[in-house]
Amino acid sequence: MGNVLIFAEHQDGKLKKTSLELASKASELAGKIGGIAEAVLIGNNIDALANELAPYGIKKVTVVHSPKLEKYNTLGYVNALAGIVKELNPDIFLATASPAGKDFFPRLAARLDTGLASDAVDLKIDGDGKLLATRPIYSGKALVDLKIPNSKPQMALIRPNSFGVGAAQAGATAEVVKKDVDVGDMKAEMKEFVKGASDKVDLTEAEIIVSGGRAMKEAANFKILQDLADVIGATVGASRAAVDSGYAPHEMQVGQTGKVVNPKLYMAFGISGAIQHLAGMRTSKVIVAVNKDPEAPIFQKADYGIVGDLFEIVPLLTAEFKKVLGE
Amino acid sequence: MKIAVLVKQVPDTETKIKTKADGSGIEADGVKYIVGPYDENAIEEAIKTKEKNAGSEVTVISLGPVRSVEAIRTALAMGCDKAIHIDDENSNPDAYVTAKALAKVIADKGFEIVFTGKQAIDQDNSQVTQQVAEFLGWPQVMLVEKLEIAGGKATATRRVSGGKEVYEVPLPAIFGCEKGLNTPRYASLPGIMKAKTKPVETLKLSAEKGDAQPKVVLSNFRLPPEKAPGRMIAGDAAAQVKELVRALREEAKVI
Ligand SMILES: Cc1cc2nc3c(=O)[nH]c(=O)nc-3n(C[C@H](O)[C@H](O)[C@H](O)COP(=O)(O)OP(=O)(O)OC[C@H]3O[C@@H](n4cnc5c(N)ncnc54)[C@H](O)[C@@H]3O)c2cc1C
Ligand SMILES: Nc1ncnc2c1ncn2[C@@H]1O[C@H](COP(=O)(O)O)[C@@H](O)[C@H]1O
Repeated sequence: MGNVLIFAEHQDGKLKKTSLELASKASELAGKIGGIAEAVLIGNNIDALANELAPYGIKKVTVVHSPKLEKYNTLGYVNALAGIVKELNPDIFLATASPAGKDFFPRLAARLDTGLASDAVDLKIDGDGKLLATRPIYSGKALVDLKIPNSKPQMALIRPNSFGVGAAQAGATAEVVKKDVDVGDMKAEMKEFVKGASDKVDLTEAEIIVSGGRAMKEAANFKILQDLADVIGATVGASRAAVDSGYAPHEMQVGQTGKVVNPKLYMAFGISGAIQHLAGMRTSKVIVAVNKDPEAPIFQKADYGIVGDLFEIVPLLTAEFKKVLGE
Repeated sequence: MKIAVLVKQVPDTETKIKTKADGSGIEADGVKYIVGPYDENAIEEAIKTKEKNAGSEVTVISLGPVRSVEAIRTALAMGCDKAIHIDDENSNPDAYVTAKALAKVIADKGFEIVFTGKQAIDQDNSQVTQQVAEFLGWPQVMLVEKLEIAGGKATATRRVSGGKEVYEVPLPAIFGCEKGLNTPRYASLPGIMKAKTKPVETLKLSAEKGDAQPKVVLSNFRLPPEKAPGRMIAGDAAAQVKELVRALREEAKVI
């Protein structure tokens, strides 16, 4: 009998969708171990967000408040949360494998002398009542099951879009407890946050991605992918060849040395499908490949393939989607 | 400045990974090993930092089986000055035990700045940097894309969702390096020759980890399920596009 705690992340005053995904999963897992699903929210003046988690099965929200936590800070989060987690004493503690989650969760696990599964894509309760996390290793070339048998909480970072958000239960409520915390010595100070040029969903959290490869030929041509992306609500990505050739910035790179993405739809235009590119997108639920070369390896991984010229196909796709989505 | 860089030897990105039939691990046969790609950025940044700070020295530290010395030689050939190999005595430790031992060695030797890769591309954990920082009580900056060091302080930029964060941290500190930080140099021929004579100290994990016990148990190593073969959509461009849009909406239901 124990509880499942989630770290609910927010950005620009809004809960992230990945937090709702975590809430849904936590509530399912809590049911299996006979406990409740609860959440911690951390920041400055964020009480209003607490009620948004209840429809997804969260029964209790601890709002960790400090004016010093207006901005993200590794040690601020770790110092503040270590005490709260010990007090709440959950069996399982989950967060999203976001840049923030990946930054402080490993450190918090070390502080709590417990284990952590990074980038889990599946979670189950095993026969012995322990969490069993499945995670890709060797950039997705293999899978492994991970358990944390002797320490508490059992911690895991979840790759976005692994489970989807469950159905909301209207009218559900959660108990909300507010805690003022001492953030201790934070050591590092964030001097500045430089907002990215794009306000699009980050690639790592995007549900739809359209990516271009070396075949895009020049930076200006990414405009046609952007037009398609705008119509279907996608984020634009790129292969390393496109990035190295200067057609796209490194932050758009998908793959081994770029971002690992997990969308429900990944469309690859003029990308050959090198193993290091697959490393970043192979867990996508549905993969579409458009390539001139019928022998391109990407077709072996694609659910739908079109042999054709991307400069002909992309504008037609944009037009067709406009038509059917407009109806 | 006493600089350390942490390097893990990992399978080449091109290596075909095979799992053991009983699911207990990865087949070691036929695996070619390299220095992790992000660790190369860490080595480059360590050497650059040395070049900018007269009287500095770079020590490369690798924990792993005896073969890890190959990775150490590569780092020495790139320009690191000396090395420490922590022999894991084939125990294949988890992130927690690895970080405990690395932190102890870093503290014992009195390093002032440590560079790591943001992630080792074997188990893709991305935990060791943060945990070493925790055990040392140092500030950390992960995903570092830009770094300036002056007057006992570092200014580090890291990329996060929606933008970049710029941190100021006092030294000692640890930096998890991201690809865009620099372009790793190649080992020169004289560098490779010199590397052979640079000192490598050997320590044992059992002596350095203290009473740390592994926190995680791994099982059922397996290959991901094969995807069902996809469908090639035939026809002229207009027909292909129409069918693709229909399939994505009606069959796959993703749009
Ligand atoms: C250590 C390491 C790390 C790496 N990390 C990454 C990474 O993170 N991400 C990554 O992507 N790569 C990575 N790579 C590089 C990878 O090996 C490939 O070189 C790269 O993915 C190739 O990019 P591409 O598919 O765009 O280019 P190419 O392989 O050149 O493929 C271009 C494709 O476009 C097709 N084409 C050409 N014209 C058209 C047209 N008009 N219409 C349609 N199709 C067309 C061609 O048939 C071809 O298949 C890494 C490599 C190494 C060694
Ligand atoms: N066994 C090891 N020996 C030396 N450095 C390591 C070791 N394991 C991890 N590291 C360092 O920590 C970084 C992150 O590793 P990981 O947490 O395993 O993804 C790596 O890029 C290395 O710089």
